[in-house]
Amino acid sequence: MTDLTRLSAARLAETLAAGEASSVEVTRAHLDRIAAVDGDVHAFLHVNEDDALATAADVDARRAAGEELHALAGVPIAVKDVVVTKGMPSTAGSKILEGWIPPYDATLVEKLRAAGLPILGKTNMDEFAMGSSTEHSAYGDTHNPWDLDRIPGGSGGGSAAAVAAFEAPLAIGTDTGGSIRQPGAVTGTVGVKPTYGGVSRYGLIAMASSLDQAGPVTRTVLDSALLHELIGGHDPRDSTSIPEPLPPLVAAARQGALGDLSGLKVGVVTQLQGEGYQPGVLARFHESLELLTKAGAEVVEVSCPSFDYALAAYYLIMPAEASSNLAKFDGMRFGLRVEPTDGPVTAERVMAATRGAGFGDEVKRRVILGTYALSAGYYDAYYGSAQKVRTLIQRDFAAAFAQADVLVSPTAPTTAFKLGEKLDDPLAMYLNDVATIPANLAGVPGISVPNGLAASSEGGADLPTGFQILAPAKADDRLYRVGAALESALESTWGAPLLASAPELG
Amino acid sequence: MTTTTHGTPALVAYDDAVRRYDPVIGIEVHVELGTRTKMFCAAEQSFGAEPNTQTTPVSLGLPGALPVVNGTAVEYAIRIGLALNCQIAETCRFARKNYFYPDVPKNFQTSQYDEPIAFEGFLDVELEDGTVHRVEIERAHMEEDAGKNTHVGGSAGRIHGAEYSLVDYNRAGVPLVEIVTKPITGAGERAPEVARAYVQALRDIFRVLDVSEARMERGNVRADVNLSLRPTPESPLGTRTETKNVNSFRSVERAVRYEVSRQAAILDAGGTVIQETRHFHEEDGSTSPGRVKSDAEDYRYFPEPDLVPVAPSREWVEEIRATLPELPQARRRRLHDEWGFADAEMRDVVNAGALDLIEATVAAGATPAAARKWWMGELARRAKQDEVELADLAITPAQIGELQQLVDSGRINDKIARQVLDGVLAGEGDPEAVVAARGLEVVSDDGPLLEAIDAALAAQPDIVEKVRGGNQGPVGAIIGAVMKATRGQADAKRVRELVLERIG
Repeated sequence: MTDLTRLSAARLAETLAAGEASSVEVTRAHLDRIAAVDGDVHAFLHVNEDDALATAADVDARRAAGEELHALAGVPIAVKDVVVTKGMPSTAGSKILEGWIPPYDATLVEKLRAAGLPILGKTNMDEFAMGSSTEHSAYGDTHNPWDLDRIPGGSGGGSAAAVAAFEAPLAIGTDTGGSIRQPGAVTGTVGVKPTYGGVSRYGLIAMASSLDQAGPVTRTVLDSALLHELIGGHDPRDSTSIPEPLPPLVAAARQGALGDLSGLKVGVVTQLQGEGYQPGVLARFHESLELLTKAGAEVVEVSCPSFDYALAAYYLIMPAEASSNLAKFDGMRFGLRVEPTDGPVTAERVMAATRGAGFGDEVKRRVILGTYALSAGYYDAYYGSAQKVRTLIQRDFAAAFAQADVLVSPTAPTTAFKLGEKLDDPLAMYLNDVATIPANLAGVPGISVPNGLAASSEGGADLPTGFQILAPAKADDRLYRVGAALESALESTWGAPLLASAPELG
Repeated sequence: MTTTTHGTPALVAYDDAVRRYDPVIGIEVHVELGTRTKMFCAAEQSFGAEPNTQTTPVSLGLPGALPVVNGTAVEYAIRIGLALNCQIAETCRFARKNYFYPDVPKNFQTSQYDEPIAFEGFLDVELEDGTVHRVEIERAHMEEDAGKNTHVGGSAGRIHGAEYSLVDYNRAGVPLVEIVTKPITGAGERAPEVARAYVQALRDIFRVLDVSEARMERGNVRADVNLSLRPTPESPLGTRTETKNVNSFRSVERAVRYEVSRQAAILDAGGTVIQETRHFHEEDGSTSPGRVKSDAEDYRYFPEPDLVPVAPSREWVEEIRATLPELPQARRRRLHDEWGFADAEMRDVVNAGALDLIEATVAAGATPAAARKWWMGELARRAKQDEVELADLAITPAQIGELQQLVDSGRINDKIARQVLDGVLAGEGDPEAVVAARGLEVVSDDGPLLEAIDAALAAQPDIVEKVRGGNQGPVGAIIGAVMKATRGQADAKRVRELVLERIG
């Protein structure tokens, strides 16, 4: 019998619709897979077995009764722990939220539930999505299914690893500076950061409000399009949500898969290649460009000079917003509460003790940075200047999109590094997001598509690389058209999806 | 001497202080808007609900929750701005004011910082003697209220020494508009009066605009009073203090007076006024220093990234302007003209809080003069006697209107009317009902009157003689006797006619 965990979400949907398997069987198969391999991978912080099976049984019953169901009904999904789920732990990878059970669902979770997707559980992440390796989780590391000694990327390493390890066909990630795309690149999965405002942020535990965006983590471009269409769209509870309907994404993915990109102009961003990028990463990138050319696209070089300042601007804006967003974690109303062991127990001292005990080092580092950047006397020099850079980056994008329909780059400069390798060097860790950050600062959408394997700098087995495609705001459909075209060209070269060559687990 | 004085030095008598120093005031008024829901979420807001029952994930600051601006609150803020002759911003943003305190669920307050919705306005404030003082408005901005702390144990409900504290988040997120004046100069010795009149005028405007119940005793309207002194009106502004949460008109006046006297004492002694926030004490009208905040008031403001700018269209603003109700001052001017009262009469009416009552009484059919006579005369006397506000007397303008009509139609006279008033105030019903129940109707049938007149004439033949002799003076004695015999219910004018006819 077919291993149900190996099927894409689109195939699972067809299998369910054809009655070849039930949602309970599909969900059970994934829960079994989690039980078998998650001891090694540690993608999940919480497995939602009973509730997932109940949802699956309900979908099966509704299907049997002839009810019209959503295309993805019955296809299970994993959700990053930064997204609040009613009645299910939602820790954002932090000790400070240990034991907190949210009384409400994020808008995107409401949509998942309404469409009948069994929620398998909550996935591991860097604490409050701060990191590029998932090593900053308060609940232990997640291991890259390609090499268990390596990082799965971050912050959404749990969602990417769960999908790469066939523990879930679909997952939800969030991307503030690359937390969907970079894990996608280093685990050989597809990750999409939608246009800012394209997916409701209501119920996302905020890191940086002006940068955060939830999106799909999947094994195929089509699956991402299916999930994106489900979770996207206007939400009156998120003031920054885009009022217009999404462009047709699934149709764009299906069209792209036909492989014809004639008339499309692809812009290679000068600033997002070269120094700091692993040779193998660049080699795969150029091979992918050739495939796009073969499919009929015209490749042009575009320059975005302000991108050189993106990382610096990002590390002022993001911590500034985070320092304020994380102020609410104070032990007063929910989550961890620590009373000082000596001296008087005042509200202020309880807040300090709780935050001291509840936050990890990276969180504290960013809260301190952000507090400083917003302080009177420094605001203009730091936060103010960073916002100006942000405007320049937006202008660079506008100019580049006048020359090209999409922009492309390697998603991450390196393949997955070893666990612990960059833990003591925050700046080296931050550099991993150099290619993904500009999209967040400008609010434009981006996708990472697995585009091969490359030797890591220190040798060993070859590891996945990612190809990043960026499109203008609200033109997310272009990501899917180009992404699907690249995916189909690559897979006909390889003869199978990339993940088919990943090592067996368990 | 350069000592600074925190506590309570010997105060300088107010009159002396204002002879030597020019007071400058600045007032920040917070008004809670009477919208159905909160500023940034759909939690209901109403006074007196059980603690923590009017909350949502947003107003509790739960992880993941996001704010959405309440459109009605924006409309109310624009109404207030327009009523204060402000310009309305074409676009403006919210900002985060970051500080840790348990009654602020997110540990930042969402407020407007450098982009208020309304700015550059003024309000002409009328003092009790009719003097008008123009108060320049710096800005009016939107923000959310904090929750309410209750400190249990310790003394006087203060946090210091309390055993524990409870927080009610029902108030957290209630929409507020804060109105900030420019420095109010030129008031001189009348600064306390101007301050009071300004806050009172704002309260009246909030009510007329229907943007708030504006009940001072419920904290719907709260004032922070800034005061500084300078040697002369030409001198640069002195160091100011900010007395927080002054919550009645009288307290506003007292707080200004106290700070004038206190600061004058410091300056007289060669000291320096410390820029600080101060508490007001209702018991004795004094102020004392507030807690110095450890983070030195760096609120790390930055634009609220969870909200998009508020950009009221010009059409909408003009629509709101066109539908503004008549404002209190314009209404006073109009009624003054319509009623034809003398200036002093009108001022007395306003100061007595009788404007609404008289207007309603006139609407119920009384002439303005008659309405004024009742409310400023007999009813004012009774209110004073019972130590209540005029409006709190157990009689309505409609009842006064009815009473006056009984008088005008001759069915009762003025003297009887007072008895009817007694009946109404005693809860015996409307004037008609009281007249009927007490049998107070004027005797207009000549039959019983003539009987009484004949009896009176017969009893006092000497007077009849005098009158017949051409001296009408003593006729009053006959009339008095008749009135007495009819227990005051006769129409005195008619009695006179009949008596003269009889003697005739």
